[in-house]
Amino acid sequence: MTYEVPEDRRYVATHEWVEDRDGIVRIGITDFAQDELGDIVFVELPQVDDELEAEEAFGVIESIKAVSDLYAPVGGTVTDVNETVMDQPELVNEDPFGDGWMIEIEPTAADAVDELLSAAEYEDQLE
Amino acid sequence: MSNRKTPLYDSHEARGARFTEFGGWEMPVTFDSIKVEHAAVRGSVGVFDVSHMGELSVAGPDSRTLCQRLTSNDVDRLTPGAAQYSTVTDESGIILDDIMLFQRDAEDYLFVPNAGTDEWMTDHWVSHRDEWGLDATVENQTTEYAMLAIQGPDAIEVVGAIGEDVPTDLDRNHHAVGTVAGVECRVSHTGYTGEAGVELLIPWDQATIVDEALEAQRCGLGARDTLRLEMGYLLGGHEFDRESNPRTPLEAGVDFVVSLDAEPPFLGHDRLVEQAANGPEQRLVGFELTERGIPRQGYDILDEAGSVIGEVTSGTMSPTLGEPIGMGYVDSSAAQEGREIGVSIRGAAKKARIVIPPFLESTR
Repeated sequence: MTYEVPEDRRYVATHEWVEDRDGIVRIGITDFAQDELGDIVFVELPQVDDELEAEEAFGVIESIKAVSDLYAPVGGTVTDVNETVMDQPELVNEDPFGDGWMIEIEPTAADAVDELLSAAEYEDQLE
Repeated sequence: MSNRKTPLYDSHEARGARFTEFGGWEMPVTFDSIKVEHAAVRGSVGVFDVSHMGELSVAGPDSRTLCQRLTSNDVDRLTPGAAQYSTVTDESGIILDDIMLFQRDAEDYLFVPNAGTDEWMTDHWVSHRDEWGLDATVENQTTEYAMLAIQGPDAIEVVGAIGEDVPTDLDRNHHAVGTVAGVECRVSHTGYTGEAGVELLIPWDQATIVDEALEAQRCGLGARDTLRLEMGYLLGGHEFDRESNPRTPLEAGVDFVVSLDAEPPFLGHDRLVEQAANGPEQRLVGFELTERGIPRQGYDILDEAGSVIGEVTSGTMSPTLGEPIGMGYVDSSAAQEGREIGVSIRGAAKKARIVIPPFLESTR
């Protein structure tokens, strides 16, 4: 089984990805994570303006079989929440790096993203 | 200790199955996805390897008496070629396991307990046979039979197409010997999905021949669970567990497998007579959530005021309905269809409504 691991993202060991979009970071779960979970049927996300610490559980994702927490790769303030994915959780299976994104954060520390795993480092961890 | 494997393990692996441990067996949980597999069974046909289920034979002059004393249903309702759902209860009427009991001949029965219970179930039957001095053989034949469940509206046609001599016109809960893909099997019109279908008892070492001849969606334990839950069928380890969730068949709502008049009376009979007269303190109910969320085993069930009145035993997002459904025990006074209840999910009370299962109409 090979999983998609886009080069333009950063990753954490708990299988979330981070995309730097001009100072705001978008967060989602990886292809590996969605495949492990199976059919995703429920997503619970925080509210805009919520403050998150790095490594804090910010939401919950559930497949038919399993319940899993979502962890914030970096700390900051929530600036946007993907409402669509709450109504159509299957988007996480279909497009984990695109339409299946979860939240956007304005990070507390500007360089926090640089310390996360590169695509190559994350891929090594999957093996 | 390594997990037990069915004779189809290699074939499942070659088909790309994802495995899980279940009852001490290494079993496929999904081949494609639960949704795909579930939809195949509701819409056409799916094949499950259920070789992890036990098989115990009970034969000889006192076999009927032994079955009657150890199972809660009335064995006298069986005839050779018929099968019945039943429970094996202890002295207190607690469900040790739920089983399918097949009568093969006048003094020859075979029953199918759950995965991983075959060894202690054999001890239970042998020790009571000896205690009661009955003339019957009890043999654990779990690794003599593989079992395939072919389920769905097209299931009987699919099996019929690969057999020279397949009993396709049997009534529900009846079985006969037939030849499928050249292999002599017991073909039983039974199942755990709410759909039409058959279960095949196949000689262990010939299981791959039958499996390879079947052209249908392969399904794992994930879909088996969502399919049974939509029908409100019990699952060991969830709706009952002799250690962690001791329940009687009356509490579990399977009154139809409790025959209080059968002779000789079954183990636990007296306790169930008493419970039938007084009514159990708690009863199993189904419910659907009317708010977003998914009920899971162990979550509290609440009354309208927020007080705990029970606990969830199973829950999922129903693939057919697209709604969150579950089962659980509640105080008997609250066990009424349509009653508004709550389910505590991560500290928040979510609204739900009691439904008496099945959640779907059975089509078989």
